[in-house]
Amino acid sequence: MIKKIFFQSIFFNLFFFKEVFGAESGGMPQLNTEFWISQIFWLTITFGVLYIILSKLILPKISLNLELRKSQIQDNIEAAEKQRENSEAKLKEFDDIITKSKLRAKNIYQEAREKAFKEINLKRETLDKQIEEEIKKVEQEIKLLKKSAPGKINKIAIESASELVKELIGAEVNSSSISAIVDDLSKRNGDKYYGN
Amino acid sequence: MATNPMTQFEVYRIGPEIKVGAFDISFTNASLFMIISSLSILIIFNLGSKKNSLLPNKIQLLAELSYTFVSKMISDTAGSKAKPYFSFIFSLFMFVLFCNMFGMIPYTFTVTSHIIVTFMLASFIFIGVTIIGFLKHGFGYLKLFVPSGVPVILLPLIVIIEIISYLSRPISLSVRLFANMMAGHTMMKVFGGFVISLGLIGGWLPLSFSVALTGLEILVAFLQAYVFAILTCIYLNDALNLHH
Repeated sequence: MIKKIFFQSIFFNLFFFKEVFGAESGGMPQLNTEFWISQIFWLTITFGVLYIILSKLILPKISLNLELRKSQIQDNIEAAEKQRENSEAKLKEFDDIITKSKLRAKNIYQEAREKAFKEINLKRETLDKQIEEEIKKVEQEIKLLKKSAPGKINKIAIESASELVKELIGAEVNSSSISAIVDDLSKRNGDKYYGN
Repeated sequence: MATNPMTQFEVYRIGPEIKVGAFDISFTNASLFMIISSLSILIIFNLGSKKNSLLPNKIQLLAELSYTFVSKMISDTAGSKAKPYFSFIFSLFMFVLFCNMFGMIPYTFTVTSHIIVTFMLASFIFIGVTIIGFLKHGFGYLKLFVPSGVPVILLPLIVIIEIISYLSRPISLSVRLFANMMAGHTMMKVFGGFVISLGLIGGWLPLSFSVALTGLEILVAFLQAYVFAILTCIYLNDALNLHH
């Protein structure tokens, strides 16, 4: 590596030797007027052509490109903004729909509940009425039974009494006299035995 | 030291001698590098403006960044009135920049290291700006030499100073660029000569200097083109918006 650098440096030393000693003239080459006119001429031509081509062809294109990009970006931003607004509106709509449907569901539930309650009440009322009627009927029957019960009991008492008498004394007893006794007894103890 | 660092600035004829009347307009190495610089600018910016994609490729980005850079520079220094001169200042900036940058390649010729070239550019700017000023403001443009709020006794002196400073504009503008380029290139050549004369043992120090100087010179090449363009903008601003 070092060897390589060494040889390279020697080579370049030789290479520059000619350059270094080649042109040994004093003064500034800038002040040598020999090529001034040529430099002015070529400067005018090259700079003039450069200016004309840049100003007529290239710079308008670049400025157009920049403006197009700016407007395109602006358009995109506007489109994005619009879409965002749209999506927000949609979201609002969706929310509205959901709240509305929630409300409706609540209403339906309430209505159904009320209806069910009403029906239940109605049924209960009819049932109550029926029950009351039945109770009344039964009570009436009971009353009827109660009314008819003492008569029947007297009758049974008379019969059984006559049977008993017959068995006991072996003689027919006038049923009317027995019934008179039973009636008398029942009248006396009726309250006690068949409490009303 | 054996080397002559001024050799690199010598102009020599390429091809035959061309004469128009008494004037020698032969094609020289200076002309060659002017053409190379202009052509490179045209090729790069043509490629950069050819197709417009939303996401620019590298060369398009380069062209558009240069465009916005120069246009921002002009609007910052000379205002919106300077818009018609955008193309000229853009061409000027790019031409000077490319000539400076091509000069940084070894064995090339630096066009802007010649006083006649920079002086021609500067005097063209000077004459153009003066014409624009007189067209815009008529003789009112002479108010440029009379600053407001100056005591009457000092006025003759101030006016003379202002006139001298105005007339020296092309000289200062051209000498600034020319001297910077020449000094930088001469220094690089001198250090390069040191590397060779000190050889393998002592040459490393000037070599490292030379490397550092190359970086510096690239910076200077850009900076001087920028300064040249921005001073043009400032002169244009004086002509367009008379502040005094």
